[in-house]
Amino acid sequence: MFQAFQQRRWPLVLLWILIVAAIVAAPTLLPVFRLNQLGMFLSLSIVALGIDLIWGFTGLLSLGQGIFFALGGYAAGMYLQLNSSADNPNGIPEFFSLYGVDRLPFFWEPFHSPVFTLIAIWLIPALLAAVLGNLVFRNRIKGVYFSILTQAALLVFFNFFNGQQKLINGTNGLKTDVTQLFGQMVGSAEMQRGFFWFTAVMVILAWIFVRWVVRGRFGDVLIAIRDDEPRLRFTGFNPTLFKTIVFAIAGGLAGIGGALFTVQSGIISPQEMSVPKSIEMVIWVAVGGRGTLVGAIFGTVAIQFAETFVSEVWPQSWLFFQGALFILVVTVLPEGVIGWFKTDGPRNLLSRVGLARRLVTYPQLEIDGQDEVQP
Amino acid sequence: MQLLFESLFNGVAIGSVLLMAALGLAIVFGLMGVINLAHGELIMLGAYTTYVVQLIFKLPALQPLYNAYVLVAIPLAFIVSGVVGILLERTVIRRLYGNPLETLLATWGVSLILQQFVRSVPLAQAAGVILALVMGFGLPLLLPDQLLTGPRARLVRAGSWAVSALGGVLLAGGLASQISQIARATSRNVDVTAPKWMRGGIEWMDITFPVPRLVIIVMTIIAVVGVIWFLNRSVWGMRIRSVTQNRSMSDCLGIPTDTVDVLTFGIGSGLAGVAGVAVSLLGSVGPNVGTSYIVGCFMVVVLGGVGNLLGTVIASFAIGLCTDLIGAGRLLTIWPDMPAPLEQVVSFFATTSMAQVMVFTLIVVLLQFRPAGLFPQKGRMVEA
Amino acid sequence: MSSPLLELRQITVSFDGFLALRDLNLSLKPGELRAVIGPNGAGKTTFLDVITGKLRPTAGDVLFKGRSLLNKPEHRIARLGIGRKFQSPRVFENLSVRENLGLAVSLPKRPWSLLTTDLTATQRDRIDHLMEIVALQQRANQIAGSLSHGQKQWLEIVMLVGQAPDLLLVDEPVAGLTDEETDLTADLLKSIAGDHTVLVIEHDMEFIRRLQTQVTVLHQGYVLCEGSMDEIQRDSRVIEVYLGRNEEAV
Repeated sequence: MFQAFQQRRWPLVLLWILIVAAIVAAPTLLPVFRLNQLGMFLSLSIVALGIDLIWGFTGLLSLGQGIFFALGGYAAGMYLQLNSSADNPNGIPEFFSLYGVDRLPFFWEPFHSPVFTLIAIWLIPALLAAVLGNLVFRNRIKGVYFSILTQAALLVFFNFFNGQQKLINGTNGLKTDVTQLFGQMVGSAEMQRGFFWFTAVMVILAWIFVRWVVRGRFGDVLIAIRDDEPRLRFTGFNPTLFKTIVFAIAGGLAGIGGALFTVQSGIISPQEMSVPKSIEMVIWVAVGGRGTLVGAIFGTVAIQFAETFVSEVWPQSWLFFQGALFILVVTVLPEGVIGWFKTDGPRNLLSRVGLARRLVTYPQLEIDGQDEVQP
Repeated sequence: MQLLFESLFNGVAIGSVLLMAALGLAIVFGLMGVINLAHGELIMLGAYTTYVVQLIFKLPALQPLYNAYVLVAIPLAFIVSGVVGILLERTVIRRLYGNPLETLLATWGVSLILQQFVRSVPLAQAAGVILALVMGFGLPLLLPDQLLTGPRARLVRAGSWAVSALGGVLLAGGLASQISQIARATSRNVDVTAPKWMRGGIEWMDITFPVPRLVIIVMTIIAVVGVIWFLNRSVWGMRIRSVTQNRSMSDCLGIPTDTVDVLTFGIGSGLAGVAGVAVSLLGSVGPNVGTSYIVGCFMVVVLGGVGNLLGTVIASFAIGLCTDLIGAGRLLTIWPDMPAPLEQVVSFFATTSMAQVMVFTLIVVLLQFRPAGLFPQKGRMVEA
Repeated sequence: MSSPLLELRQITVSFDGFLALRDLNLSLKPGELRAVIGPNGAGKTTFLDVITGKLRPTAGDVLFKGRSLLNKPEHRIARLGIGRKFQSPRVFENLSVRENLGLAVSLPKRPWSLLTTDLTATQRDRIDHLMEIVALQQRANQIAGSLSHGQKQWLEIVMLVGQAPDLLLVDEPVAGLTDEETDLTADLLKSIAGDHTVLVIEHDMEFIRRLQTQVTVLHQGYVLCEGSMDEIQRDSRVIEVYLGRNEEAV
């Protein structure tokens, strides 16, 4: 424990205790409505873990994670719709009749199967991310160009899903709260509590997975890509391959997050693929602290709750706050909240206002020569 | 033949709006390497400026001049967006030079704030704020140097800002009392009515050319020629290009790089304002009007090749023509008896938004063959 | 006489008509230490770009161990056994010294093996040994970005050695180093040669002299002459290139 404090990891340890305590206590303390929100925000934090992986570690800023998020959500939505439409005319979801469609579009067919759906939720987004990513990465398109292209791709998918009523109900999206799962209504309080627990477990599993990816030499390669990609090539690594892999992982995580979000929000619509939604995802990671996984989770939940509360008190004002947050986090807090704690932020703040003694030596000098002492 | 001309005209019209909107972005992105996601909101400000100017010209005193309001709106929109852009550069972007990804996020924040600003602040007050800013920045330029560097410099500056603020308050009060439409905040879309001479169309060779589109095409041509002349022939244009190529060397040669940054960014933003005038003539104006253009603008710049105005021009028209060709289903009219499967595909993409799907997909495919755009910059220094 | 390890055959590189390299021929024997000098714009860095796959020559062929390197991506060329040190030190600034070396010695360099395996004991020993050579053990866990300029240069050189290449291409290894550091670097390179083939590009004549080896002079994209340092310094063409034409000098 003492060791952890010495390496300035105490904010991380503290945060973990907070997060786990919050998750355990939430179902008994929170009203169903808030619990449901927390569940949704936790599913978003799985998306944030993916963004942290590609942006915080690898330096790829994707503004198109909404694509993968929504694809996961649609996969879940399609299964639930099909699962509850056995009694409908033609045995297909009700909305089809509005557009005079009487045969299920071919790509809906496999979603009758729960097993296929569970795989599709993460595999389809991951594969799409791998293909899109590879097309961009192999041409060595990087930096802001990558960001712009992901945004364009997002718009393509948004327009497509928005315009296709006959295929996936267009703008209206797919509703899931009135569908059936295990013979129960998905929107029921009991089901929602179940989804909350499941989401909490998934967040921790996702965290463990991403941590496994970024620890060790694979993670070192990711950081090396961010630092100096050409140099890495001359060292004998193929950055394109690594980037494609992490982009696919982030896509898969976004898909899982999207599916969990959909079953708790009750609907998936093309709105989840709108340009602002996807940029918003980036700010969760930026505020929490790029390159710290727990920061991504914390940032997501904190900002989403902030948005909820601010909007409840001052409707219409959240955009001001959000805009200010974007500006502040890049100009004042580039390391995010966790990074701020790690780099002696609190102490510096205290010394600014005269409550603590300023550090006289460079932190560097303190560390020198201590490395050997480590076990 | 007639069909061809009509199609060509529509494509060129779509392309010119796109070019108008992307021109400022191409300058800011191409010359300064700054990704400005608030560019769309600068376009929006230009559109709202047109709306306010139009209402002012409806006042009894100015009614006789109503037909000329567009001519007033263009320079005003340039100034409004330009000043907001300069403010943005001075306060936020300047801290982030060399960090494009951070700039991207910060300017997104600015765009959110601007969007909410026009929703929650009455346009009359917004006009007041902007007048105060314009005067605040502008007045010191008009005053003699001795006053600004003399012993009372601070007092003079504070005084000029006070005068500006007063001007702003007066304008806001005056506008709010005279024009009821802009006295209260609204998030609803508003419509700019074109003056009489801009309605209708000109008949030529059995084709009707809508006048607003012709006006926009002419505006675009003037803007492009003006920018090219400015960058290549004027002293400041040369300074801008030299800073783009080698900032520290330009610094050493005594070029005020700071002023060049402000100027470049101001011109880029001002052009967004002019684009806003064009946009307001085509459809209704709302807080989100800029967002719908921004991604298209970036695609133009990426496709054309960054830092290449000719590329930007060609890319805009290429995208415009393709969008019209696909979106209006013109392929079907040109080739009526195409095979059924192909016809299904063509009609599947024959809406404006699906055309965008197709065009963006084509651009991504094209970038596979030319990753740096149609007209990439060449030389040893490209990849440092 | 053994066959050459690296052979450049009539390499021409043209940038929009400007010939950075013209009909360049060069061959290196296994175990050789070769210095390449030349005035600014002689094409020294371009020539490394061609070997390492960063740049495709307009004409000509590069053979390494008898196989052509053209059309191979950089990482494959690196895996074949060519390591490159850049002009300004380029290390991974946000990784520690140990992690930097860890990436260099990793084999195979594929994602899956990096995820599922750890460095072997032999590899760890090699990292320790490499750090010892350049006296960076004390800073093993410090991030490379905090090292001094000279330390970064050395770290990059031992990273190259850690890659275990057959051929090391070293671009201006002593730029910005103190005299003492320069001497140490020269000794380091000499000790590496023998096991490896080393090609050094440098401006610093004293440093080249200290290497006591064969020197190639590049000028305007072609090989002006080759020989020992003493021969080179007496060569009238070299003097002309470095000091200007005799007529002009008058």
